[in-house]
Amino acid sequence: MSAQIAGSAPQAKLNPNGAGAAAVLAAGIGSLAVAVFAIVADKAAPVKSLMNFYKPTGPLSGVTTCAIVVWLAAWALLHWFWSRRSVTVGRFTVAAFILLFLSLLLTFPPIADLF
Amino acid sequence: MEITVRGLWTMVHGMGFGALYLMACSGALVELYRRYSSPLGPEIKIEDERFMRFYLTAMAVLAWLTVLTGAYIIYPWYRAVPPPGTANLVLFPQRLLMSNPSTSAWHSIGMEWKEHVAWLVPISITMAAAVFSQYRRSLRIHPELRAAVLGFVWISLLAAGIAGFFGAMLNKTAPVAGGPTITIVQGGQE
Repeated sequence: MSAQIAGSAPQAKLNPNGAGAAAVLAAGIGSLAVAVFAIVADKAAPVKSLMNFYKPTGPLSGVTTCAIVVWLAAWALLHWFWSRRSVTVGRFTVAAFILLFLSLLLTFPPIADLF
Repeated sequence: MEITVRGLWTMVHGMGFGALYLMACSGALVELYRRYSSPLGPEIKIEDERFMRFYLTAMAVLAWLTVLTGAYIIYPWYRAVPPPGTANLVLFPQRLLMSNPSTSAWHSIGMEWKEHVAWLVPISITMAAAVFSQYRRSLRIHPELRAAVLGFVWISLLAAGIAGFFGAMLNKTAPVAGGPTITIVQGGQE
């Protein structure tokens, strides 16, 4: 297996994994941002009112817009740093999965209400 | 046979975009696993790569359409506040659910979870589509990236399933109703 991967090394060198790692980690960050903004908007009345970007939708409009901005900003920033490099992608993949799993848990109301 | 405009939008959101996304997930998972899991797998043609790129991009578009129609078209009807003294809450699904202890958890757990967890879907699948478009067949020699793409598609399926389940149950318990009526077929008298 390792020999096969090593045999393909020139191709991997042409296509460093940094851009992919940036996209993966940013997706984890963006997912967690949804949960964090939702909890903060739910617990703090001034934030809730600030998040009311579009009145008919209420604070959900601000929560999701802010999370998308955080996700895209993180993606752009990480891409800028890593796109031409090869990074230890396994570590960032694990971090992204942890963030994604946390966001699944933290968006579940009985858990979000613990804060 | 009639349907209200609100009912039609709910159908487009859930049965159109949402259900189509859920069905598409299995195809994406099978294809990603079958063709891109092993460096020694069968040869991947350029047309196959192009198809997969289109497929994942279409899934991302579906996911965004689902959350955007949900949050900005249907959710405002769901959370509408009735005028004081309104006794019939049929046109105010959130208030209707919360007015009865046997249905209030459909809102406090179901809708509260659905409205946030659903947004993990477009984020995950957009990432998967972008990574696939960038690496295509070289995903075979980037096992961690391939695992990330597969994992995020799996989680997007789970999140879409949660949102879809609660969406269906909410619409069964307190449907988003009202608005102009569209007559689909004029029935004859028996």
